[in-house]
Formats: sequence, C-alpha cells, structure tokens
Amino acid sequence: MNAPAPAIDWPQRLYTTLKRAGIRQVGYVPDAGHARLIDLCRADPDIRDVVLTTEEEGVALAAGAWLGGQRAVLLMQSSGVGNCINMLSLARACRFPLLMMITMRGEWEEFNPWQQPMGSIVDPVLKLCEAEIYRAGKADEVEGLAERAVQHVFGDERIAALLLSQQLIGKKVWTK
Amino acid sequence: MSGPAGKLERRAAMAALVADRGDDLLVVPGLGSTTWDLAAAGDNDRNFYLWGAMGGAAMIGLGLALAQPDKRVAVITGDGEMLMGMGALATIGIQQPKNLAVIVFDNGVYGETGMQPSHTHDGGVDLIGVARGCGFADCLEVKDEPALAGLAARLKSLSGPLFAHVAIEASDPPRVLPERDGTVLKGRFRAALGLKA
Repeated sequence: MNAPAPAIDWPQRLYTTLKRAGIRQVGYVPDAGHARLIDLCRADPDIRDVVLTTEEEGVALAAGAWLGGQRAVLLMQSSGVGNCINMLSLARACRFPLLMMITMRGEWEEFNPWQQPMGSIVDPVLKLCEAEIYRAGKADEVEGLAERAVQHVFGDERIAALLLSQQLIGKKVWTK
Repeated sequence: MSGPAGKLERRAAMAALVADRGDDLLVVPGLGSTTWDLAAAGDNDRNFYLWGAMGGAAMIGLGLALAQPDKRVAVITGDGEMLMGMGALATIGIQQPKNLAVIVFDNGVYGETGMQPSHTHDGGVDLIGVARGCGFADCLEVKDEPALAGLAARLKSLSGPLFAHVAIEASDPPRVLPERDGTVLKGRFRAALGLKA
C-alpha cells in the first residue's frame, strides 16, 4: 500500500486564489481556522492586512476599497456573520462586490454548545442577504469553489461566501 | 457662523471644510444629518453619501484611503454614527493611514430621531480621549471659527490620521437630500477617479 498522499494545503491554495484575483486588502477578525491564511497575507507586502474589532467593519472596509479601485476579502468565523447583517445592506443597496470566507463552527464535533445557534443559521441568513454560498467540505474542493466565488463577486459586483466546513478545518483542541 | 449657544452652526461648518476642496479630496459623510450637510454644501461626484450603514462611515473611509494613498479622504460624521462604530477608531489607529481624517460633528443628540441625548451629551463620552487612546496622535478640538479655519487648513495636506471633534449646535436645518440610488453614487464616484463605473 502506498504512503498516503500529503494533505492538501488548502489555506495556501486560498492564498494563491486571492493573489490571482488581485486582492489588495484583507479584513479579518482573528480566527484559528483562518490562522495560516492570515499569516500568509500578513507576510505579503502587496496585501494590506486590516485586523478588525468586529466583522461588520470589514463589510464597510471592502466597500471603501472598491470605491477606491481595490479588491478586498473578508475573513471570519461563522459567529461573525451575525455581526454583519445590517452592514450587508451597504453591499446590497450599492451592489458592492463582497467576498467572504467563513470558517464554520457549531456543526461537527463541536465542544462548545454556544457556537451552535449562530453556526446553524449562517446559510439561511446569508441567503436572505442575497449572498451566493459555496460550501467546501473537503480540501481538494476548496480552490475550485474559491475561484467560483471570486468570479461571482468581481465578475458581476455581487456578494458571495465561501463556507469552510468544520470537518475540513478540524475540531478545536480544548485540552492543553 | 456661531449659533445662539455659541457653538458652530453645522451647515456653515461643513461648507467651510469642503470649500475649495480640489479634485483630490474624497468625502464620506455619515448616515443622517452630515449627509444632508454635505449635499447642502454643493453636490460633488467625489462625495459618497450614506443613506444607511450606520456606524460604517469611518471604515468606508479607511478602505478608500488605503486604496487611494495619493488622495485625501475626509470622513465627516455625527456623534451618534461615530458611537455606533467606535471600534473603527481602534482599527484605524492600528493602520495609521496618512491620508485619512475622521471629523465628528457633535451636537450631543440624535437629530434624525427627535433630539434624544447621545452618549456625548453634557460632557459625557469624550471622543477626543477615545481617538487619542486608539492611536490618533493628531486630535483637534474645534469649538470656534478660528479652530474651524485651522481644521480646514489641515485638511489641505494630511500627514497622518487626523481626528477632529467639532462642537456644533443642536439645530435641525431643512433637509437637503442628495441622490439616493447607491449604485449611482458608487458608479459616479468611481468614474470621477477614472475607474470603471
């Protein structure tokens, strides 16, 4: 039996997708699932990394970036979606392109029950906000779905969310 | 220019800040009165009026300032709008954009909803103290016409994030309503910068 193939480095693939798309601003609230992608963006002198106090700031940041001719992405975990709801009206009313990459909590071997209420309504809430949703459950589908989200957002000035499932990210370790 | 309470009158204050603005000043007012004030000062494609997104003006300004480092960006908003998005001051303080000014017209009340007191009413929350604590080294307190003229002069050449607190009277001048189609506002703003509308 052959040795198992090395795990696909999906955060690296997300990063290369963002570079191909010409992303220049990355707004994020720190999140363990996005840690590697955040590190890659912070190390890139051509990407401005903007740490946010709350996710809705990122919706406004991306709108401002687009007004000034730059593309942005917003990274967050599922709980942050709830923080964005009214600010998403800005993207909808003005048709600002908005690309979101969301790590999911509360859906697979979640230890913290307080993550479940928001995690369980991410899909319907984003759909109500006119976001196109792409869900990646396996590492080998992340890049292709990210590329589709990029095309949807910047090809037609729309909102899209790439959901990175908890099974893909792995469960949070609670004992140290 | 001063009103009966000795404070600045908002329309005249806005007009003073955007007079002779030049093509390189981009202005983002906040939802409500500051949008009407900016419209009253004269329409301009380089204004991005907000009819919603309360709490978002400063962050729109940050994204814009980072994308257009050779332009000057002025966010001119009200105390209520700033209070709703006060975390943006922390985010901007970390980024230290050289070309962004955040100016708060503070009348201590929510003018759009019936003049209910805001957190800054009667010497409550000190927004200059908040901005300074967030990393705005350059903070201006504007209470009279000479200080307003000083702020207008500072806006001509920004050299770091600037925060200004402008004490205005709690007046309710007639609304001057600008274009409210967001796609039109976005498109004309981008076209003015030479971008695809």
